[in-house]
Amino acid sequence: MTKAATADDGSALLSWQSRQRRVVTVYVPLLIFVFILLFPFYWMTITTFKPNAELYDYKNFNPFWVAAPTLANIKKLLFETSYPHWLFTTMLVAVCSTVLSLVSSVLAAYAIQRLRFKGSAYVGLAIYIAYLVPPSILFIPLATMVFQLGLFDSPMALILTYPTFLIPFCTWLLIGYFKSIPYELEECALIDGATRLQILRQITLPLAVPGLISAGIFSFTLSWNEFIYALAFISSSENKTVPVAILTELVQGDVYQWGALMAGSLLGSLPVAIFYSFFVDYYVSSLTGAVKE
Amino acid sequence: MSASSPSAPRGQDLPPATNWRRPQINQGWLARLLDSKTFLIIACLTPALGLLMVFLTYPLGLGIWLAFTDTHIGRGGVFVGFENFESLWYDWVFWGAVFYTVFYTTVATVLKFGLGLWLALLLNENVPFKSLLRAIILLPWIVPTVLSAIAFWWMFDAQFSIISYILVDVLGWRDTYIDFLGTPWHARWSLVFANVWRGIPFVAISLLAGLQTISPSLYEAALLDGASSWQRFTRITAPLLMPILAVVLTFSVLFTFTDFQLVYAITRGGPINSTHLMATLAFQRGIPGGQLGEGAAIAVSMIPFLILATLFSYFALARRKWQQGEAND
Repeated sequence: MTKAATADDGSALLSWQSRQRRVVTVYVPLLIFVFILLFPFYWMTITTFKPNAELYDYKNFNPFWVAAPTLANIKKLLFETSYPHWLFTTMLVAVCSTVLSLVSSVLAAYAIQRLRFKGSAYVGLAIYIAYLVPPSILFIPLATMVFQLGLFDSPMALILTYPTFLIPFCTWLLIGYFKSIPYELEECALIDGATRLQILRQITLPLAVPGLISAGIFSFTLSWNEFIYALAFISSSENKTVPVAILTELVQGDVYQWGALMAGSLLGSLPVAIFYSFFVDYYVSSLTGAVKE
Repeated sequence: MSASSPSAPRGQDLPPATNWRRPQINQGWLARLLDSKTFLIIACLTPALGLLMVFLTYPLGLGIWLAFTDTHIGRGGVFVGFENFESLWYDWVFWGAVFYTVFYTTVATVLKFGLGLWLALLLNENVPFKSLLRAIILLPWIVPTVLSAIAFWWMFDAQFSIISYILVDVLGWRDTYIDFLGTPWHARWSLVFANVWRGIPFVAISLLAGLQTISPSLYEAALLDGASSWQRFTRITAPLLMPILAVVLTFSVLFTFTDFQLVYAITRGGPINSTHLMATLAFQRGIPGGQLGEGAAIAVSMIPFLILATLFSYFALARRKWQQGEAND
């Protein structure tokens, strides 16, 4: 960062970028980008707090502002639908599948990167390729499997199927992290008589904590956002996850309750957005780390 | 660790070194088992590979098998050969979906990368509140796609679209409200727009990470040699960014090609099937329609494309390692 800053100062000196030019070429486009990227959220929020009279009347009310904010939409969502239940299911599924994926990924990444056996590179490659298999081509056969296993319409179906896209990602990320931990540390411990398990628990894992956090956060948001499996494997209203429930339970008939829909979208996005805001740096590092590895 | 290991023999009568033996640590069978490398490898790989085999590899094979049967929901099917693919061959809805999938992927990817690269270059300038900006820009990527899609659905409403309102009542550029989702081409472009909106953050942040690895001294040297900013971009930034660009591109193409949520949430393939992607068509035929065999056949038709993308990614990765001069992984 500091390096980039000095480079920029240098280029500013050499190519003589005037302040006005910088405003036009950098700040204005940046502002437009931020505006467009954030506008849907603003619109979501503002619609949530609008009473119906304002929602459908652009002539008498300025659509960009709320004259008389109301909590009716949120109240309706929280008390007249099973939103709390959906939230609980989503949380349960996201936490369980994240934990399951993290544990399996740590072990797999450790085996591939540290235990170095014949063909470990191929196992790593196979896991990478697994990441490229999208849910869109798996959901039909998985639906028949889920049905045969008797898991249809239970959160267990989601907890077991989400790792199919979480494990490849986490393993790939953790391989990168383990690679950055000096191998000598483990050799020292081996010489001192530590068992492999002790090494993993007391040396490698503590050093890989940032990687674990990144992988965990990424997995959590990915499972929170997952849609197609949850849509295909869950049918009863109370077992649905938030994204599916808001789309299928709140949209009924031809007249859409836009206020309630936007309230649902807002409240469904908030938990994951708040969670994300605490760990932005880890999230960014996992996003870019996965791409760079 | 020191507490667990028995203390080395010491005392007044030290034995000669030749007689010294490595103190025998009395390990239980469990500890010995855990020290065996073969066992450890198997034990460590079992959970991950087991889950992937059962819920990824097996369904992949099962999906290909289902594509050659006439399975319906609640009724096992029999092998019917290429019948599903034959009926798809004469199905204009399917070809419409193939066309729109390719169109959607191409246009959205080009726009995402053009705009994403631009945004990454802007962020790479020395702007204030950089980390805050980065956090804000990633928001569209964090929020569940379906929920932001619902917001777009509302913004694309025929009567109360805020975009139409701005164009007609604020700017006065048009006389009538746009029927975003009612006519095929408007709906197609609206979906592309929503997809680009959601995809830009991922591209921009990944490319920004790539840009930050480029050494500033290269730019300084180029400046001293009198290179223009365009030359600096094409001769330094572009080639050094190419490997990471290739990987991001592969992922982006892959996920756009197999996209489902956005289209399902906003149009469900309508109006008159004009915005079906292959994934949404497979879902519609397979799950609510009950024709699992035909749905699987549509899903399987996506595989050749995915293999191409995977190979591309593999060679891009290989090239990058070669450039870095790493011997092995």
